[in-house]
Amino acid sequence: MVAKTFAQTVLSRASGEAAETGDIVNARVDLAMSHENSALVLRSFREMGGQRIWDPRKVVVLFDHRIPANTIKTAEGHKEVRGFARSSSLPFFYDLGEGICHQVLPEKGHVLPNMLIVGTDSHTTTYGALGAFATGIGATEMAAVWATGEIWLKVPETMRIHLRGKLPPHVSSKDVILHIIGALGADGADYKCVEFVGDTISRMSIASRMVLSNMSIEMGAKAGVCPPDRKTYDWLSQRTLQGCEPTFWDHSSEADEEVEMDVEDLQPQVACPHQVDNVVEVRKVEGLKIDQAVLGSCTNGRLEDLAAAEAVLRGKKVSRDVRLIVVPASREIYIDASHKGILASLARSGAIILNPGCGPCLGGHQGLLASGERCISTTNRNFRGRMGSPDAEVYLASPETVAMSALRGEITDPRRP
Amino acid sequence: MISGKVWKYGDHVNTDLIIPGRYLDNYDPKHLAAHAMEDLDPLFAKGVQMGDIILAGRNFGCGSSREQAPIALRSAGVSAVIAGSVARIFFRNAINVGLPVIICPEAGRILNNGDIAELDLGTGTLRNQCRGGEVHFAPLPSFLMDVLGSGGLVPYMRRRLDPSSR
Ligand code: SF4
Repeated sequence: MVAKTFAQTVLSRASGEAAETGDIVNARVDLAMSHENSALVLRSFREMGGQRIWDPRKVVVLFDHRIPANTIKTAEGHKEVRGFARSSSLPFFYDLGEGICHQVLPEKGHVLPNMLIVGTDSHTTTYGALGAFATGIGATEMAAVWATGEIWLKVPETMRIHLRGKLPPHVSSKDVILHIIGALGADGADYKCVEFVGDTISRMSIASRMVLSNMSIEMGAKAGVCPPDRKTYDWLSQRTLQGCEPTFWDHSSEADEEVEMDVEDLQPQVACPHQVDNVVEVRKVEGLKIDQAVLGSCTNGRLEDLAAAEAVLRGKKVSRDVRLIVVPASREIYIDASHKGILASLARSGAIILNPGCGPCLGGHQGLLASGERCISTTNRNFRGRMGSPDAEVYLASPETVAMSALRGEITDPRRP
Repeated sequence: MISGKVWKYGDHVNTDLIIPGRYLDNYDPKHLAAHAMEDLDPLFAKGVQMGDIILAGRNFGCGSSREQAPIALRSAGVSAVIAGSVARIFFRNAINVGLPVIICPEAGRILNNGDIAELDLGTGTLRNQCRGGEVHFAPLPSFLMDVLGSGGLVPYMRRRLDPSSR
């Protein structure tokens, strides 16, 4: 029998058919996540005549994008969704304060390998780091999922990216994924399921793998997955809500496209304005003055990211011309980082520490950029207007590069003495 | 048959360009329409007419899952999007809000800014009414044509969920 790709395996199970690449299947969803835009989901759900959520235990609703509410309109949206979550006794409604959806769901044990997960957020691909097939959908489509638990999906082609070698010091998984996106382009993995495999991945922490899966969408991928291994199950064993039997993938399936990459000589990378695939080595743009530095988001707001930045800044002060904004990705991370003294150390260095959530990433609040300003950020999008004025510039880089740049007041390679 | 004036754009027009995040706290379609394409083309929202068509290059609608992107275009009057390729979430969202999306890499060859395009979704034909020229594209699968025909996923689902229509 020919081995199935990961996408075929999950979508066959979820649809009850032998799903081949290119087929359109009707799949049953294992987990459905929506954040603030639950207000839009709810509106469509009511307009559709939706009565009950098909399976409340498979639905997670939380607020993370604009918390605490930044405008009255946002507050009204929160209030409406909160009321709905209570009246329909949703068991997994997390009000504002838990953190970013893509960090909170894994932490709270909602995500397991081989699940089919849909979320009303494009970075839903993040859950692929734990071996789930996870993809973003829109609000109205989520309303239909709430009503029926089903969704049509095309079985995607598979792009397998083999990563080999040990990452050099001060080079992280963020540099890896920026490099890959730069090489393949913003539509380089369009509609595909990307499988990240190889010894580099085995060596990476779960948090580092989440960076890869998270940013797969920036090259158009439908899903970006890392095969579950011992590390995955160790990580899950402390969190999962249900017992789960470790299953490991068969790697012999044929991919539609194979990409090979050696990371041993990888340099720190940066995505320049205004596209994520506009990637160069940090040293090529060193010296550009910055006004703001952001450390956080569903890409790089985890404990290891905060720790890496703190190690750069420890005992030093960020440049007086730079606002350094730090946003832990979740309450759990906030507490851990605070116990370890990381937050206090960052604050002593001059950082502004925000509550867990999306922070300034989407340009809604908490640190917008003025025209002509330049920001270096650990987030995942540098689109024009993304973080405030359309005449501002956003550069994307690793936590260490961002910290070093904040220290110097200009874009700086983290390996500088 | 759809026909309308063409607004032509390049590759990788992302959802932040279609509707910036700073306007997303207000779901009113008219408010979204007033800011459609603002950071890419400030003249768009003022000049767009009912029935106009967007013609773009590769990877149109890449970026976030915000359904407000196709809603902003639709409520600004756009009757269809034609692109070389379309990001998958945008594609789904557009169909779901009743905005036809056509993938036709050839379209840029026969159509320029300001031309009148004529689109037959059923036969997969695209014509330039001003200067002639015709290209073809693969029509949408029939179940998606049904969703579009119903006016989007909400009316489509309303029929499906209504016990009296079973
Ligand atoms: S942190 Fe940024 S990219 Fe991640 S979910 Fe929030 S707004 Fe989206």
